[in-house]
Amino acid sequence: MIEARGVWARRGGAEILKDVSLKADRGEILSIIGPTGSGKTTLIRVLNLLDPPNAGRVFFDGVDVTEDEKERFIARRRMSLVFQKPAMFSVSVEKNVSYGLRIRGISSHAIRDRVRSALRDVGLSGYEKRRAFSLSGGEAQRVALARALVTEPELLLLDEATANLDPRTAETIEDLIRGAGEDGLSVVMATHDLNQARRLANRVGVLVGGELVQLGSPEEIFERPRSEDVARFVRARSGW
Amino acid sequence: MELILALDPTVVEITARSLAIAVTSTVIAAILTVPLGGLIHFHNFKGKRAVVNLIQTLYSLPTVTVGLVVFLLLSRSGPFGSLGLLFTPGGMVIGQTILISPIMTGLTIAALSGVGPAVRDTAVSLGASKFQAIFTIMIEARAAMLAAVLLGFGRALSEVGVAMMIGGNIRGYTRVLTTAIALETSRGDIEFSMALGIILISISLIVNLLVNRVQGNWWA
Repeated sequence: MIEARGVWARRGGAEILKDVSLKADRGEILSIIGPTGSGKTTLIRVLNLLDPPNAGRVFFDGVDVTEDEKERFIARRRMSLVFQKPAMFSVSVEKNVSYGLRIRGISSHAIRDRVRSALRDVGLSGYEKRRAFSLSGGEAQRVALARALVTEPELLLLDEATANLDPRTAETIEDLIRGAGEDGLSVVMATHDLNQARRLANRVGVLVGGELVQLGSPEEIFERPRSEDVARFVRARSGW
Repeated sequence: MELILALDPTVVEITARSLAIAVTSTVIAAILTVPLGGLIHFHNFKGKRAVVNLIQTLYSLPTVTVGLVVFLLLSRSGPFGSLGLLFTPGGMVIGQTILISPIMTGLTIAALSGVGPAVRDTAVSLGASKFQAIFTIMIEARAAMLAAVLLGFGRALSEVGVAMMIGGNIRGYTRVLTTAIALETSRGDIEFSMALGIILISISLIVNLLVNRVQGNWWA
């Protein structure tokens, strides 16, 4: 579904990503874990084609989307990203959630039904007319998730999407991600919550200092870390 | 107050003309400066900072200077003298449009800059095209952009230099609130000047209330 090949990213003179290669298949949940500043957000932005890599290629569904603006636009319309701190448009919740549908020219009748359904999925039924700026952090995060899922993307990118949520809401979101994965949606999620990565992911990638130091099943990562760096990170963060 | 409450025909006529000229200038300036501000904000080019600095410098453009330049352009011997716009409401509209354009352009740029990059990223990540993302940012900046337009209107309505030099303060034709106040005060008709002054302040107050209301509603 999405593949990064030898991706390098440089920001402000520093190498943020160093020769990162990974692939998420259709219906797969790939979790990217790593300490703060390891390049998780940059990787997610590169995969979402928001920022171009300084070197390397990005493929979406087998098509090289690294440079061609038209191909990037087409690919971007087939994926969605939820940021760690989602920006709300200064309109109603309904208008926020329907944004992706409106810019795709979907009819207003279909929009209403899909928005209602998306809000129900994230536990925010009846929030349609609320002003987005009046939402709490957790509610805004759920609206952002509804906004990302309502367009029925083939790839969902999550950047610490449950970091600001209470455990119960995070669990609701995790169920939603798991269900979406079972329905064929590919998910790439950056998280510092190792237990969440373990619960949800089919595969886990460990990013340390911009390098993908290990990529494998959750069992491999958490039980057979390949290097001292990985072992130290997963044990420290898991509280082992 | 009696002149205002009794809707004195001269007071009403001067007020209506002032509003008509200021509104026309503001509409024309908005049509020109909102896209121009957007163009400057959304494009990176060499000398962009210098252009923005120049626009900001022109915020405090003296009204008499604009009046002088437009006078020279529209006077019989000037390049646009054949249009016969000197001492007409049309000439006053041109002068006021020039006067308020820098502040409206600059404030439009500031309004668009006030929308954080996260809004653009969100729009693009949800599938917006470049044009749709720009439109979204402009919608997000709508309160500040409307405030820019209203401030332009306030400056157009309250300026006296252009109105006096280009309009000529001709009774029943180019006389507006500010020039009438200046004239009547010099003639000693303080009562009439006060009436016009109260109207001018009231309009400014309404514009300010509108700005605050718009910002309060949209930014809350």
